Amino acid sequence: MALPSTNGFDPRRHVGVHAERVSHVSSTDFPGHYPGEDHSWNLAKFQEKLAVNVERLSNRSIDFDLIGVDASIANAFRRILIAEVPTVCIERAYVWDNTSVIVDEVLSLRIALVPLNVDPALLDFKDPQNDQATDRNTLVFRLRAACQRRKNAPKDTTDPTKLFVNSEVLSSQLEWMPQGEQATVLASCPPAPTNPNIVLAKLRPGQEIDMELHAIKSVGKDHAKFCPVATASYRLLPKIILNPQKPVPPDLAEKFQKCFSPGVIRIHPRTKEVTVDEKSARFESMSREVYRHPEFEGCVQLARVRDHFLFNIESEGFYPPERLLHEAVSVMRTKIAALRRAAEALLDDSRGRAEDVEMAEG
Amino acid sequence: MAEITQKIKIMKGAAPDLSAATYQIFDESHTMGNALRWMIMKNPKVEFCGYSVPHPSENLIQLRIQMYDGLSSLDALLAALSNLDDVCDSVEEKYRASLAGGQYQRWEEKS
Repeated sequence: MALPSTNGFDPRRHVGVHAERVSHVSSTDFPGHYPGEDHSWNLAKFQEKLAVNVERLSNRSIDFDLIGVDASIANAFRRILIAEVPTVCIERAYVWDNTSVIVDEVLSLRIALVPLNVDPALLDFKDPQNDQATDRNTLVFRLRAACQRRKNAPKDTTDPTKLFVNSEVLSSQLEWMPQGEQATVLASCPPAPTNPNIVLAKLRPGQEIDMELHAIKSVGKDHAKFCPVATASYRLLPKIILNPQKPVPPDLAEKFQKCFSPGVIRIHPRTKEVTVDEKSARFESMSREVYRHPEFEGCVQLARVRDHFLFNIESEGFYPPERLLHEAVSVMRTKIAALRRAAEALLDDSRGRAEDVEMAEG
Repeated sequence: MAEITQKIKIMKGAAPDLSAATYQIFDESHTMGNALRWMIMKNPKVEFCGYSVPHPSENLIQLRIQMYDGLSSLDALLAALSNLDDVCDSVEEKYRASLAGGQYQRWEEKS
């Protein structure tokens, strides 16, 4: 953390944001980089600096700060949130009848992209090649819709909902067919789309759709429809460093304030002195507008704090937003455990064979 | 081999005492590769650590570790994995505490 007296640009903690480039991007706190300093791994020191602060929570998204970790860990969590947290989505479509204008494959893709409210923990993974579909790893839905003319429709209307029955096939028409034990296990929260108003197809009289759909549990790596987040992203905390040797001239204070996002720069009403509002610094969009004006040259240095990550995660589908980081951390720990088992197996191998280490044909 | 798809292979050309070795890890990508590399570099006995994804069509990473003093790189790898687990645990606890503390803005988002 910064010593209170230094408010300048610290290349060890800040990424420099200049007009045409960025500088000091990589972290340098590795053992041996600075002579005499010890940067080796120390859990206690890490835990002192680590902070996770939730800033905003809504029913669909969460904003939190992750402070004190390296970029590789923050990125690992972000990648896991996007690609490796499991969800349940429709994977196979068996079409008995489709006389609508939407062709089978396009209609199947539309249905597959509908998010379901199924807890992935209740299903097992299904290996598409080898496993049989069982009630432990597959959910079955039926979509049946036929469009007919309404007998007593008003004569002069052109509104399809008034003229026809089932002119639009909505996601609410996906019926869950419980298989085997699912009727009891999933009774408390019957599987259904999270949003019942998604239009899947439009029909006219005489057109019918009759499909059976199988849903499985999988991850975003396999197909993007399994991604549990609308997106998960992070940015680094912006830092605006004013140069005490070259203060902003009072008559240009208003112009200086306009170069930044609203609320970031405060002007003292009497002395017209310019200061940075620490609490609002996070709203700065770093447009670098201030570098475009020669009168402010040397007055300010834009930077970002290298280990302060502002995460924004928007949930899509089953998980409430506050659960997503828990899931990502548990997936990360599963991966670490799998690697550890494999490495320990290698260790046993190498010990068992005395000096003879098993070489793979690389 | 015990399993059909092995998770980690030691590539040809490793030192007999494993003080310098390249590990080929299957079914992993930058997610674990970069995180492991950072944690292994935090070990003062590590002379060199780097990873690469040889081709994006093949889902594997190659991680090279070279150690000072003839120590075993496999031990460094295991220590790094254990430390990463501690990191995950710490993050999880602080997150849980922050959620329980309730000091955040709640708002209603229309879908």
